[in-house]
Amino acid sequence: MPDTPPGNTPYAVRAYRPEALREALRKMLLIRKFEEGAEECYMRGLIHGTMHLSIGQEASAVGACMSLGDDDKITSTHRGHGHCLAKGAGVDKMFAEFFGKETGYCRGRGGSMHIADVAKGNLGANGIVGGGLPIAVGSALSAKRLGTGAVTVCFFGDGANNEGAFHEALNMASIWKLPVIFVCENNRYGMSVPTERSTAVKNIADRAIAYAMPGVTLDGNDFSAVAEAVDGAVARARAGDGPSLIENVTYRTRGHSRSDRNRYRSRQEIALWTERDPIPRMAKMLVSHGVMTEDDVEKMEAAAADEIASGIEAARSAPEPGVEDATRDVYTVHSEAME
Amino acid sequence: MNAESSVRGEVHELSYAESIRDAMDIALGSDERVVLMGEDIGVYGGAFQVTGSLVHKYGEDRVMDTPISELGGAGVAVGAALTGLRPIFEFQFSDFSTLAMEQIVNQAAKLRYMLGGAVSVPLVMRLPSGSGTGAAAQHSQSLEAWYGHVPGLKVAQPSTPRDAKGLLLAALEDPDPVLIFEHKLLYKMKGPVPSGYYTTPIGKAAVRREGTDLTIAANSIMALKAEEAAKTLADEGIDAEVIDLRTVRPIDRETVLASVRKTGRLLCVYEGVKTLGVGAEVSAMVAESDAFDFLDGPIVRLGGAECPIPYNPKLEEAVVPQVPAIIRAARDLANGAI
Ligand SMILES: Cc1ncc(C[n+]2csc(CCOP(=O)(O)OP(=O)(O)O)c2C)c(N)n1
Ligand SMILES: [Mg+2]
Repeated sequence: MPDTPPGNTPYAVRAYRPEALREALRKMLLIRKFEEGAEECYMRGLIHGTMHLSIGQEASAVGACMSLGDDDKITSTHRGHGHCLAKGAGVDKMFAEFFGKETGYCRGRGGSMHIADVAKGNLGANGIVGGGLPIAVGSALSAKRLGTGAVTVCFFGDGANNEGAFHEALNMASIWKLPVIFVCENNRYGMSVPTERSTAVKNIADRAIAYAMPGVTLDGNDFSAVAEAVDGAVARARAGDGPSLIENVTYRTRGHSRSDRNRYRSRQEIALWTERDPIPRMAKMLVSHGVMTEDDVEKMEAAAADEIASGIEAARSAPEPGVEDATRDVYTVHSEAME
Repeated sequence: MNAESSVRGEVHELSYAESIRDAMDIALGSDERVVLMGEDIGVYGGAFQVTGSLVHKYGEDRVMDTPISELGGAGVAVGAALTGLRPIFEFQFSDFSTLAMEQIVNQAAKLRYMLGGAVSVPLVMRLPSGSGTGAAAQHSQSLEAWYGHVPGLKVAQPSTPRDAKGLLLAALEDPDPVLIFEHKLLYKMKGPVPSGYYTTPIGKAAVRREGTDLTIAANSIMALKAEEAAKTLADEGIDAEVIDLRTVRPIDRETVLASVRKTGRLLCVYEGVKTLGVGAEVSAMVAESDAFDFLDGPIVRLGGAECPIPYNPKLEEAVVPQVPAIIRAARDLANGAI
């Protein structure tokens, strides 16, 4: 940590080296370009199935991973591309997965909704809302029992907080004081239903009190605020003091998935939140604190766009999995009797 | 045999989704006890646009968006059905019913029995099901055999718009819990649907095509694939009888056995995983009966591969029965090659 005096300097600028800050912005830009590239491939009919874009939520994904190493774990959600990139995944293997290729992270078996990079500690996106919550607690239990010192960051949406799994998971994490950080990305809606119609409490972090853990609600489009809260919770978890719940209030500017007709929200609301874009905000912070110039930001954005374009190209020409391999990996030890 | 209750209305072309909506509209309009419950079934119109704009006609008190709480939501529907309402509960995907297994299997299915007949649970659940949409392993399953294994539940699988409406209205008349598996690939398919009220009997299969050389017994979308296969087979001089099971619990033994007595050959086609699936039951029904004596060849099953549904489109297609595979199996069976 640099020893500059705090003053009005945001937490992130105080806490991280300039290289780390630039890398954080680069990842946010990469996520944005990635999502736009994925969306375009999708619109052009190059990718099948469905996909959930995290445009507008980049500060949450990247901010929450700032103090994690490759040994630390995350569990992700159906809206998981950003988490995957934030935890260090490569663009090529992600796109290869979307194109259903053998070279993809899941060898073409999972697609967008199951994107994972286990080597980097991402235990996977999830097709089941709330599915990752108890798994994150299990991962934290392993870390505690095995003494690895790793923490687990569990991403989930506001909608997931009404699943039983959420409540059971938080309770167990708390009674066993496990090193897990529950990061709720509250983007106002679970598909079409706003939190005020689905959730009895005003803030999802208010649920923390029921499970005797710290809970905080913050501006999830403020990279520094996210990083500060999660870093604190990570330190607490590593010290053996148990779990925390952090609620990043954010917004998805795109529809829930491709079939969304946006009937449940207004154009004005979308426009308002588009104004609150976390990326220009982060760029402005870094420029104003002399971490980089506007010119650097532009170059970084262009480089991200290039990386995405070449990732898509590589994915398109990558090999398909063999149909005869469809029943591979159902079990760890393959047996003919199981086919 | 396939008798619907008296159909008086005119016949219109409707999609499968529209005909289900039509049934729900009739039910909501004629019975105050009917409520719809599910995720995003209100202003969103349902993930597959089945409820559509019903919320605007009947209001949020009767077309209720639930939180994302499958176990709780299904349980509320069970409790409401137990005490006077007639809920129609929509799972966004049939896969998510696994989160509600407790309430469906331990409660809805067993309450009447456990309480010695003192109560009944007139609950209808709608479950969009099946593969072919590129949604991978947690959004593509065919779970009808799971629920078909549970005494106390009834399980229907309409394959046409006409049956989708008639079975839903029949389910609403039924005093016990009925799960209706709707195939996602059929929602946009159009077909003739009588207007007004009619029911399609639960427990009756439909003979979609009469034939003498072999019986193809299939469920849901596979019944349509079997019909398509039968056309090609007819060009080759093989006359297949196609049975659409329509409900798997209760399953229509008589229609299947009568057909096998006539044709002497049985091919079962179903999308669910082959092992311990619907085809196993159909095969056993024949093997255990006098129809067995009429068999001129082995019973053949074509079912889903022993794996979750993969994302890659070619793999996804390969792991469930497709028309060419049905043709091949039927041909081999009819020609005595197996
Ligand atoms: C158990 C389960 N129920 C329902 C769904 C369908 N579904 C997928 S995402 C979603 C909304 C989730 O909302 P939230 O948790 O807020 O995440 P967001 O999409 O806003 O990122 C729903 C209802 C699902 N995938 N799994
Ligand atoms: Mg949400």
